[in-house]
Amino acid sequence: MRHDHLISAKQLSRGDIEAVLDRAAEIADDPGAVADARDGALLGLCFFEPSTRTKMSFDTAMKRLGGDTIDMGSVDSSSVKKGESLADTARVIEGYVDAMVLRHPSEGSAKLASEFVDVPIINAGDGAGQHPTQTLLDLYTIRENAGFDDLTVGIMGDLKYGRTVHSLAHALTNFDASQHFISPESLRLPRSVRYDLHEAGAQVREHTEIEDVLETLDVLYVTRIQRERFPDENEYRQVAGEYRIDAELLERAKEDLTVMHPLPRVDEIAPDVDETTHATYFEQAHNGVPVRMALLDEML
Amino acid sequence: MTDTDTELRVSKIENGTVIDHIAGGQALNVLAILGIDGASGEEVSVGMNVPSDRLGRKDIVKVEGRELSQNEVDVLSLIAPAATINIVRDFDVVEKHRVSRPTEVSGVLSCPNANCISTGDEPVESRFEVLDDGVRCAYCDTIIRESLAAHISVA
Repeated sequence: MRHDHLISAKQLSRGDIEAVLDRAAEIADDPGAVADARDGALLGLCFFEPSTRTKMSFDTAMKRLGGDTIDMGSVDSSSVKKGESLADTARVIEGYVDAMVLRHPSEGSAKLASEFVDVPIINAGDGAGQHPTQTLLDLYTIRENAGFDDLTVGIMGDLKYGRTVHSLAHALTNFDASQHFISPESLRLPRSVRYDLHEAGAQVREHTEIEDVLETLDVLYVTRIQRERFPDENEYRQVAGEYRIDAELLERAKEDLTVMHPLPRVDEIAPDVDETTHATYFEQAHNGVPVRMALLDEML
Repeated sequence: MTDTDTELRVSKIENGTVIDHIAGGQALNVLAILGIDGASGEEVSVGMNVPSDRLGRKDIVKVEGRELSQNEVDVLSLIAPAATINIVRDFDVVEKHRVSRPTEVSGVLSCPNANCISTGDEPVESRFEVLDDGVRCAYCDTIIRESLAAHISVA
């Protein structure tokens, strides 16, 4: 992969994806071999929204490559609080770092920032838009557990505001995958994502009940109904808690079904699923480090 | 009544632009695109829902003393794809061409997604890719298909 910036999963070809995943697998096998690979390089962590996994895994990845990170800190303690534009913030931090990881509550923020700086921008989530590095670790996890051939994937939950869903759906169009989207009517995929999937000729079905499709799935990707993305609290209340899986439900699934979740979960996956062979979400989170190491090694 | 008869319904202009074959009912949106609201004293003639051989009903707008920029023509093409632009000098039509859809329009539509970064206080113009059946925000990917004129922000 050779991109100046990583803004959207739409940028990624199958070749790009496999190159990162192959490199991530090498790194996972022998992390010591890259311990000095990015010695002296500095990564800017610019998180305008809360993050645990993404931020810490980028921090870990950069340090495990021998580089270092600087952290913008919380929005409340930065110049953003004084009304500075994202374009200005990006141009200032550009002078300090070799690459920037950006999370921001507005859709299109990473794209905008990339127009103002020359150092690579890595989109770590732009509102309800895209989250391409999550997708790379999701695909790594899928490849490890289910492979990429003749794959049937169910994606369930908040498909409207779920940026991890949008990125994963785009990326899966590179593979021989049937995609089933399960959500309340009010949280269906946005028009723009459906447009792209149609243009890519993807096999796509939409459902409102998980039971309609559960038995056919190789992968079930569950997402949280994100309270913070709803403009209207009533809209959230109408759908909260409606999409929940538990161990009893999964007895009807294929024995080797892989259950994934970008985390954090609230109540959409019952704790009793953790003890089943289906649960892959913690492994998925851990895969963030080698995948992001591979990506940084490639981009820096 | 022919299109030529219709053109004569509104007065001839000496210098400026005649925008013909606008879909019936879109003339006011065309004026909005051109930033014409009458307050600046522009001399404008408008015919609305007049008979047309080609369109059945059409609107026509004549603007005295002004030739349209390419940016304005690009946006016009989105709401009036059949429009013709006639540039008039000394009462003669010196140029006549149909609008053609551009691949992108900048600074003339505002994104309806309130959470799009282009709607905030950033130093960028809005930018939309033109699709076969609508436009798409270059920042947040939002697609607009209906009521395009409602999103016009050109001054």
